Amino acid sequence: MTTTQERPASGPGEGARPGNPAAGDKDRPIGYGRIQRKEDPRFIRGKGRYVDDIVLPGMLHGAILRAPVAHARLVSIDTSEALAHPKVKAVITGKDLEGLNLAWAPTLSADVQAVLVTDKVRFQGQEVAFVVAEDRYAARDALELIDVEYDILPPVIDARKALDADAPVIRDDLAGRTDNRIFDWEIGDADETEAVFAAADVVVAQDMVYPRVHPAPMETCGAVADFDPIDGGLTLYETTQAPHAHRTLYAMVAGIPEHKIRVVSPDIGGGFGNKVGIYPGYVLAVVGSIVTGKPVKWVEDRSENLMSTSFARDYLMRGEIAATKDGKILAVRTNVLADHGAFNATAQPTKNPAGFFSIFTGSYDLQAAYCKVTGVYTNKAPGGVAYACSFRVTEAVYLVERMVDVLARKLEMDPAELRLKNFIRPEQFPYANKTGWEYDSGNYEPAMRLSMKMAGYEELRREQAEKRERGELMGIGVSFFTETVGAGPRKHFDIVGLGMADGAELRVHPTGKAVVRLSVQSQGQGHETTFAQIVAEELGIPPEDIDVVHGDTDQTPFGLGTYGSRSTPVSGGAVALVARKVRDKAKFIAAAMLETRPEDLEWEKGRWFVKGDPGAGKTMAEIALGAHGTVALPDGIDGNLDAEVTYDPPNLTFPFGAYICVVDVDPGTGRVKVRRFIAVDDCGTRINPMIIEGQVHGGLTDGVGMALMEIIEFDEDGNCLGGSFMDYLIPTAMEVPDWETGFTVTPSPHHPIGAKGIGESATVGSPPAIVNAVVDALAPFGITHMDMPCTPARVWEAMQGRPRPPV
Amino acid sequence: MQISMSVNGNEVTRDIEPRVLLVHFIREELGLTGTHWGCDTSNCGTCVVLMDGQPVKSCTVLAAMADGHEIRTVEGLASNGALDPVQQGFMEEHGLQCGFCTPGMMLTARALLDKNPHPDDGEIRQAISGQICRCTGYATIVRSVQWAANHPVGSAATGDAADPSEAEEVTA
Repeated sequence: MTTTQERPASGPGEGARPGNPAAGDKDRPIGYGRIQRKEDPRFIRGKGRYVDDIVLPGMLHGAILRAPVAHARLVSIDTSEALAHPKVKAVITGKDLEGLNLAWAPTLSADVQAVLVTDKVRFQGQEVAFVVAEDRYAARDALELIDVEYDILPPVIDARKALDADAPVIRDDLAGRTDNRIFDWEIGDADETEAVFAAADVVVAQDMVYPRVHPAPMETCGAVADFDPIDGGLTLYETTQAPHAHRTLYAMVAGIPEHKIRVVSPDIGGGFGNKVGIYPGYVLAVVGSIVTGKPVKWVEDRSENLMSTSFARDYLMRGEIAATKDGKILAVRTNVLADHGAFNATAQPTKNPAGFFSIFTGSYDLQAAYCKVTGVYTNKAPGGVAYACSFRVTEAVYLVERMVDVLARKLEMDPAELRLKNFIRPEQFPYANKTGWEYDSGNYEPAMRLSMKMAGYEELRREQAEKRERGELMGIGVSFFTETVGAGPRKHFDIVGLGMADGAELRVHPTGKAVVRLSVQSQGQGHETTFAQIVAEELGIPPEDIDVVHGDTDQTPFGLGTYGSRSTPVSGGAVALVARKVRDKAKFIAAAMLETRPEDLEWEKGRWFVKGDPGAGKTMAEIALGAHGTVALPDGIDGNLDAEVTYDPPNLTFPFGAYICVVDVDPGTGRVKVRRFIAVDDCGTRINPMIIEGQVHGGLTDGVGMALMEIIEFDEDGNCLGGSFMDYLIPTAMEVPDWETGFTVTPSPHHPIGAKGIGESATVGSPPAIVNAVVDALAPFGITHMDMPCTPARVWEAMQGRPRPPV
Repeated sequence: MQISMSVNGNEVTRDIEPRVLLVHFIREELGLTGTHWGCDTSNCGTCVVLMDGQPVKSCTVLAAMADGHEIRTVEGLASNGALDPVQQGFMEEHGLQCGFCTPGMMLTARALLDKNPHPDDGEIRQAISGQICRCTGYATIVRSVQWAANHPVGSAATGDAADPSEAEEVTA
């Protein structure tokens, strides 16, 4: 079943007070609905606790010397002057790490990455040496005192040239490697797809680039490492989205027993996938603490963040689409060159070297599909899966939604109508696509129709026609996306062998207050609120009486963490199930208290009562006290109201949405102004609509950034041209409109509460809507495609007939 | 060198290196970690504090330049336990997610409302245009500031907010 609702810009939202049934009805304990966030009171007072706020007694400060060139043989390092600095406690080089067997660390994609350079620099900004000093300023000063000699080598910058016969081999550290190819990966049926293409009325093709961008959370990455030489224990405060996975990896890499490692991820100032991987800086902070015997803090600066930590995208794609002449889409085919940088350090499931890119079949019922992805090394920073990409669904949605628009232009069809004509129909779900996914649920047309109604689509097209007559450049862009989030199941998805499942532990204290412990880690998503609401909904305990604990491996159960919009689909399932486990146990205890049989009891939110005798019942608080009291408990029921689960989801979830963007392009300057943006999202069951809306707004802003402003480019020598916020442009309040949001609700059939996740939908879905709008605005110039970012200069060049792909 | 300034109404005097940035002085000398640092180039505004009532990016001000001036940080927004309407507005309208840009945003909003108690949305956007938020997409920040404008200190509507226990309560 699907229900719909819209929220115009600046109007009252869903569940806004008054009118929130959860708020007004005293008989219904609060569960889902708009409530204020439990984490806000500390943040609005400046009392958040981020990694850089942590100060430990005797703490030292680390700083990293980074390579100024992209490709060079390391000839020598002289650290003597730095070591002579009165405030310097240690200088660590790659040679030192070789002695500890820590010079290279495994990546999340079965490659290795240098912690500090030992042989060769492979990207500009790579880590060369680590200084530990008494204060932040002295550590920076000492970097200037290290003398490094490099023998500069020609770099590989353009991925298109990485496989040339004469291309320098970047990874000569890997035995037997003679080229820069990382992998070739294909999926779908090439022959079947070719047959459909050969017989189709219409075939269109388009080369497109999803440029390298960067998540750039406002808080950069950092760590405070505290190694205790007496008991061999390590406490590591880290900016990580996956504290448990990190702890296990540190145990494997550094040889510190896992039970001696405590990873604490305190408040995180935004992550967006940037804080999934293990960076050399974290390892160096640990080494620094071991070497000096003191806690060591390392926090990178903004340039270090942009130049060395996980970038996103960098996919060079060729898309082809085959259709009948009346607009029935038959097949999609794509060939991708994936630039992974100098080390294959993409954070993604082991069996998915291109992430979930194979969802490029989109929201359409196709006869055939095929894709091939070739991953290559270049002399650029490693990474690739980040920036709210849902393991590369971002690239997939951009490809298919751009291609559908290219086809619409070719067929002279309206792009919204073309999409409506080709959607997977509601009765086809669960839908098995041609690349191996089973879409759990969907009902696409109501979402598309709602977005068109909210936009006033017909009226916009009339306005556009009038403006074109006057030479004004107005564009309307449509995109429709299907997300793929919430990995596991663990049999299909793992990261370095760790199955993608998540745990939850719930304790109801004797007075009926509760604490729930999570393996996932908020970076601003409001877990302390929504997970309390899930327990509240299941048990009838108000959310303010439920404490949510996360981000500390000593305090929480094991699980893989927050990325790929996993928290609600996986951990949300775990929390619902652990609450149900407690509820089921409470039934036996209530029966003992009421001196009746469990099967004679009936549940209403917050209370077990005797069927047919509503007056005879026990609330959760009464049952909790009973559990810890003196009531004789039945066999097999121990005296508490606690439970734990690890949730292994049976399938992914498939949120979807319909987005419409209206832009005006200044014909004199090429500047694109996003005038309106209408976003209709379906994330299944909605826990807290205020938080959902916030997630959507943030992702739409990312989309404006990627489509119009953000890019990490390099010059021919491999110099990073996006290494500061002077050059890497992020939307401010001036570049984005007041968002117009609406929603439909199609619950996931397999998820315990029917929720699907919303964290990345808008980042995935919005870039093609914006680019489609820009291309639509530029149609009078005969333009059928332009690559992101659509900056004024690039739009201007396209208008002059000189479109330029990014490098 | 020795410097003195008023920080959130308290006089502080410290001996510092002349090169110390105001943001590091506030965070590390005074231990007021609500002021954040996010870039080196005055672009992000997570370090905004008020100097004599005007928003400044404290990563681009030497502590020595603040000698003799009045500094107000996020820790000084609430008075006598009562939240500033801007703080209340950010909670009411979901003007924050990760909370990292929030102190700077709220201080800029306070300075705006002191100068212009009833700004339109465009004026609010202009005021915060030197600051970056990666989470919210700004619309809820604009709504938060409008909430504060509609509930000024002393108005009946902030009666509830003036009670700190009430303000901390998670309301439905």
